Amino acid sequence: MNAVLELSRLAPAEPTTGRLDIDRVSIELGAGAARFTALQDVSVAIRPGEFVCLLGPSGCGKSTLLGALAGHLVPSRGQLLLDGQPIGGPAPERGLVFQHHTLFPWLSVLDNVAYGLRMRGVGRAQRRAQAMTWLSEVGLDGFEHHYPGSLSGGMQQRVEIARVLINEPRVLLMDEPFGALDALTRLKMQELLLALWARRRMSVVFVTHDIDEALFMADRILVMSARPGRVVEEIVVPAERPRTADWLTGPAFAAYKRHCLDLLRDPGLTVPLERLSPLTQPAPADADAAAALPD
Amino acid sequence: MPAHQSSIRRVLPVLSLAACVALWHVAASRHLHLGLVTFQNVPQPLEVVDAAWALLQSPKLQNHLTSSLGRVAFGFLIAAFVGVALGLAIGRFRWVRETLMPPLEVARPIPAVAWIPLSILMFPSSEGSMIFITFVGALFPILLNTIHGVHGVDPRLVASARSLGTGRWGIFSQVILPAAAPSVLTGLSIGMGTCWFCLVTAEMISGQYGIGYYTWESYTVQNYANIIVGMLLIGLLGMGSSALLHRIGHALMPWYRPGGRA
Repeated sequence: MNAVLELSRLAPAEPTTGRLDIDRVSIELGAGAARFTALQDVSVAIRPGEFVCLLGPSGCGKSTLLGALAGHLVPSRGQLLLDGQPIGGPAPERGLVFQHHTLFPWLSVLDNVAYGLRMRGVGRAQRRAQAMTWLSEVGLDGFEHHYPGSLSGGMQQRVEIARVLINEPRVLLMDEPFGALDALTRLKMQELLLALWARRRMSVVFVTHDIDEALFMADRILVMSARPGRVVEEIVVPAERPRTADWLTGPAFAAYKRHCLDLLRDPGLTVPLERLSPLTQPAPADADAAAALPD
Repeated sequence: MPAHQSSIRRVLPVLSLAACVALWHVAASRHLHLGLVTFQNVPQPLEVVDAAWALLQSPKLQNHLTSSLGRVAFGFLIAAFVGVALGLAIGRFRWVRETLMPPLEVARPIPAVAWIPLSILMFPSSEGSMIFITFVGALFPILLNTIHGVHGVDPRLVASARSLGTGRWGIFSQVILPAAAPSVLTGLSIGMGTCWFCLVTAEMISGQYGIGYYTWESYTVQNYANIIVGMLLIGLLGMGSSALLHRIGHALMPWYRPGGRA
């Protein structure tokens, strides 16, 4: 296990929790004639503290897998384990970040970040103090009394990340979290996330269709293909951390990128597939969709 | 914004009201006859002012006002409580919707006037039946807007809340209710309008007091100026209570600014 040895050089204290086992998981979505296999027989083991990117085209089931890890979707076959325990439903130990923020518009930035602590019954003064610390950690000092609606897209995602990390999750699940941001903001957010990850070392499962992003962030990239969704290749990214502009502009990076492009340019797929959501099927939003989610 | 533009904006509502009164004055004083509609029996604005002045001097005014305000307040508050609670349950749970919606859909198109005989039979006190009629008027807009608000809640918001450790009851109180609140406020302000709307209907039952009763009685005794005083009074009270509701709504939802984010 070379990769394990390599990892141990990076972090002072190797994390012991956050191991994910995805064991022969298949997920079928839709009802009746529209039913299809979004994910077929996927098996992956993610080490504690590992940063894994799921890379693939729209509709390849990467968001579906993320939704199952979050506990919002139930696999049709196979099992999902976190540190040996089966994943039941959604829980703060597996933080979920969407492409567009899901901050509560009626709570201030501070109360949004403190929300998870409030649900755990932490006292007001203590949770606010902790939320302030997290806000400054994501670079949002002075914005605590703003409402989410008055922030830019990048700032909203910063708040979102702080709101999830304050719960000290063992796993961070991210569904194209920076996909809606402009290029410069995205780069800043990627660096912020890597810095936060380097200090906390939770495991990260990061869904993206951006090859550069995957190569910049990940320890390991799982390249996925659509209909049925499956993992077609596993790429261990050899670059050392912290990653610099040297890696991003070097010949090795270009070679990996070309390889990924070849993998993603699937000749069988001429029509782009609908984007899948980590919550439910791509069918038009049913009024009961939220109520029908498993507990 | 340039200064003259803002002063025009301030004067415009006054001008528009003044124009309405002026048109009314012209039509009524000339006894305008337009074929389909005639102003021959319509009192002039000055007669209405005299009638209003007389009512202001009258000791009965306070009785009229307190009776009407009490009925509207009671009917509205019960409707708000029932409408919001039912709306949340119907919007959230399919089985509640399937159980309760059929009778509600049948009851919804029945106008308040049609409820009068039955409500007289059902309620021993006329006060009770009047409150019931204002309640019926306010219930459906509040109910339907609440259901609409619950259906409009972003499922990702619910999913996020669950991932952050929110329980079943918490989803209701922390996510569904605040997310549906703007829609509920819309329902409440429409409901407040229909409450006043139904007041005259309700107070046809009453034998003594109330603005609606005053209006109806003025018609039966052919005191036409008083009819308009009653109508204007209902309009003003309705407008005032809607404004109050909006104030309260804004105070409770400082994050919500319709027509653009703050």
